[in-house]
Amino acid sequence: MKQYRWLAYPYAVWMIIFIVVPLMLVLFFSVTAKAPDGSIVLTLENFKKFWEPMYINVLIRSVLLAVYSTVICLVLGYPLALILAGRDFKRKNILVMLAVIPMWMNFLLRTYSWMTLLEKNGTINAFFGTLERLAATYLNMELTLPRVNILYTETAVILGMVYNFLPFMILPIYSVVSKLDRSLIEAAQDLGGNNLVVFKRVIFPLSLPGVLSGITMVFMPAVTTFVISRLLGGAQFMLIGNLIERQFLFSNDWGFGSALSIIMLLLILLSMGFMSRYEKENSGGGLW
Amino acid sequence: MKRVIKVMFLLALLAMTFSLAGCGDSGKPTLKVFNWFDYIDESVYKAFEKEYGIRVIYDTFTTNEDMYAKVVSGNADYDVLFPSDYMIKRLINEDRLAKLDFNNIPNYKYIDDRFKDLDFDPNNEYSVPYMWGTLGILYNKEMVDEPVTSWDILWDSKYSKNIFMYASQRDAIGVALKRLGFSLNSRNEAELEKAKQSLIEQKPLVLAYVGDDVKDKMVAEEAALAVVYSGDAIYSIWENENLAYAVPEEGTNLWFDSMVVPKNSKHKKEAELFINWMCDPENALKNTMYIGYSTPNSAAYDMLPDEVKNDKSAYPDDEILEKCEVFDDISDVLDIYNRIWDEVMTAN
Amino acid sequence: MRFLRRSYVFLVFLFLYAPIIILIVYSFNASKSRGHWTGFTLQWYRELFKDRQIMNSLYNTIAIALLASLIATIVGTAASIGIFNMKRVKREIMLNINYIPVLNPDIVTGISLMLLFSSIKLPLGFTSLLLAHVTFNIPYVVLSVMPKLKQMNKHLYEAALDLGATPFYAFKKVILPEIMPGVITGFLLALTLSFDDFVISFFTTGNGVSNLSITVESLARRGISPKLNALSTIMFVSVLLLLIIVNIRTSKDENERRPKNEKSYQGNVFVSPSSHDI
Repeated sequence: MKQYRWLAYPYAVWMIIFIVVPLMLVLFFSVTAKAPDGSIVLTLENFKKFWEPMYINVLIRSVLLAVYSTVICLVLGYPLALILAGRDFKRKNILVMLAVIPMWMNFLLRTYSWMTLLEKNGTINAFFGTLERLAATYLNMELTLPRVNILYTETAVILGMVYNFLPFMILPIYSVVSKLDRSLIEAAQDLGGNNLVVFKRVIFPLSLPGVLSGITMVFMPAVTTFVISRLLGGAQFMLIGNLIERQFLFSNDWGFGSALSIIMLLLILLSMGFMSRYEKENSGGGLW
Repeated sequence: MKRVIKVMFLLALLAMTFSLAGCGDSGKPTLKVFNWFDYIDESVYKAFEKEYGIRVIYDTFTTNEDMYAKVVSGNADYDVLFPSDYMIKRLINEDRLAKLDFNNIPNYKYIDDRFKDLDFDPNNEYSVPYMWGTLGILYNKEMVDEPVTSWDILWDSKYSKNIFMYASQRDAIGVALKRLGFSLNSRNEAELEKAKQSLIEQKPLVLAYVGDDVKDKMVAEEAALAVVYSGDAIYSIWENENLAYAVPEEGTNLWFDSMVVPKNSKHKKEAELFINWMCDPENALKNTMYIGYSTPNSAAYDMLPDEVKNDKSAYPDDEILEKCEVFDDISDVLDIYNRIWDEVMTAN
Repeated sequence: MRFLRRSYVFLVFLFLYAPIIILIVYSFNASKSRGHWTGFTLQWYRELFKDRQIMNSLYNTIAIALLASLIATIVGTAASIGIFNMKRVKREIMLNINYIPVLNPDIVTGISLMLLFSSIKLPLGFTSLLLAHVTFNIPYVVLSVMPKLKQMNKHLYEAALDLGATPFYAFKKVILPEIMPGVITGFLLALTLSFDDFVISFFTTGNGVSNLSITVESLARRGISPKLNALSTIMFVSVLLLLIIVNIRTSKDENERRPKNEKSYQGNVFVSPSSHDI
């Protein structure tokens, strides 16, 4: 079917214009600066600007928050994926579809919904207040329930990240585990393994590709987000995404912004490289 | 399979019609307006469209710097902008604004003389004031039982995690400077350093650095104190009577948002027509009643209901105005300001 | 044990859906308060439809999503077929570059495109937004179609040619049906991505052209408005309906074609957006 090769050429041109060139531009802006006389010079000062405690802290904080969120997603999502994939629930398909639907809701609206929930006078606290009132009126009980006061804290930001990204951890793991060859599990059980051993020796190792996919799909957006930290963090936690956005839309320092973008890209490439050591070659060109 | 192809074909048609519908009225002249978010009564510019047959493309921004970045990047060609005082000064200094032909803006006569020839546009050649106000403290009378007279109250640990600061570099640093007795246009590095330390000290007490949502949050009684613009305070007090507004005795920022026309605008005449339209007393009245901010238009002011006219938060006495400073263009030391804000924002 | 499993699933779903349900419930609340229910009303829905800005951005979002997905699907499918038939080195290069927008954080894609448009002096608006959306959609189409091409039995095509079919006829009758599920998945994926996109659109639009996410973000920054709740409800219901329809259809198709003993996730084609826009 060699004659079909030409079908790819329009896209090749498109890719060069809209993928390759823009990235080159980012690189260009990161290593150049305008000299006082207006000319353009090659320089590393944009990168040097990053190299100080204030900005490095921003990067560290972003990575830490992303790691916390990823771990929590993993802890919450892995069991769910296993349960969904393992049992032949009669309504399994519906359940899986239900797990997917939140992903389809506009993520800004989902983040916004947490704002309304977590406020001092928001839904959760109002609910506790109502419970207290009901207890006083109908049960004559003095109930004092704790109030949730985590909006505008780091906890809220992590909560927002977990909420938004949990489905992206569940799906890949589910996808991989549900395709596992049942006979392997049956064989292990036949050979005398109890559930724990079967899990440890058979299911867990085989689920790893899904786990790695999940980790990638959560860690990457978590480390680069700027909306969640802005809305749920009360703009108090500058993450690297916020810092980059600030350079381009506020400080007008495209050089520094580009340098930060390159640094972030390198970080992501590093983490992916690190993880792909544990991963089989993704040969089909497929999505996961 | 055929079904699928038919569906896709239908979708394609749908998409085409959608986009073509958008290109509909390309016959009319257009005017691109760039204004603050939610800062106009829509019926005013819709009426303008009807009256003159000019299509208005209305775009919004949330900060002056945001607006500046878009205008300067060369990617946008707006015809009317609504920057604030210091930003106008900067645009004038950088020769980005067109001189207005006041023959096309006869309604300029309705602007209060106090608001003509302001510092940032000394001979009033480039701008026409749109709204003005002060920056002050909005507080909840139920949660704050002492008189609010000084910026110091925002540094009082009694109100820890009960304070909203404005997520605006100039306003926050300005407040810190004023509290320390300095000018809010300070270029003095030592003074700025002290202001920075102040803000970093304050950070643990701050619940959040918010934007326009401060109005709503104060109405919902999420905090006891907030730094707000007078117009936002008015709106909040309308919605919740427990709130009150005060201008601290150290003085504060007096700000103006004015209408200007960028130099590269291709629709200068239409732009001036628009500015004139906004200065029409009826329209100015509509705008000020809708957004709650103070109008510089004396004819519109006269038509205001008494309780608004006499509201000292909206229209403070001259003696308070004496203590206020207008922001100056500090773009020559912008790097220092940017750095300070970065340090405050990244502090723990 | 079973109870534990069931309750865990229930809890996680509660976590996922509680915010959405609360958004929906409060969209009918008579007051703006987030804590107290003061009465049932459809007021916010009426205001939602009257809000010019939200309606405009909704229209923009749909138009861009449809157009961009269509273009991306056509170009992407063609490209997949072309790439599939390339020699190994060229193919790897194409696939790797294709993978870049998938790999890149949205903010970098958005900024790089903004830099591009700024350098060629293209004013930001509907066109730049469309170009950006097509750019990040095509890779997902390619990634959806390629596996189908790999799975396809290539001898079928040759057999068709041997039996006297013209290349085009063979393509239409043999290749196209095989890759169609991938094409549709790709199209739907592109549609969701475009619909939901915030970051990339944020940097590549201007001129008053806003998409839904951008408008929601400005409104959310401004404060809470029950109009947003009403919007969420409508979107949730539409998405629910859409997913149900899609899943019923594809499971019908799949069940017709697959042999009964295949252990795949019985008939569900997973159409899910990427985590990209966050």
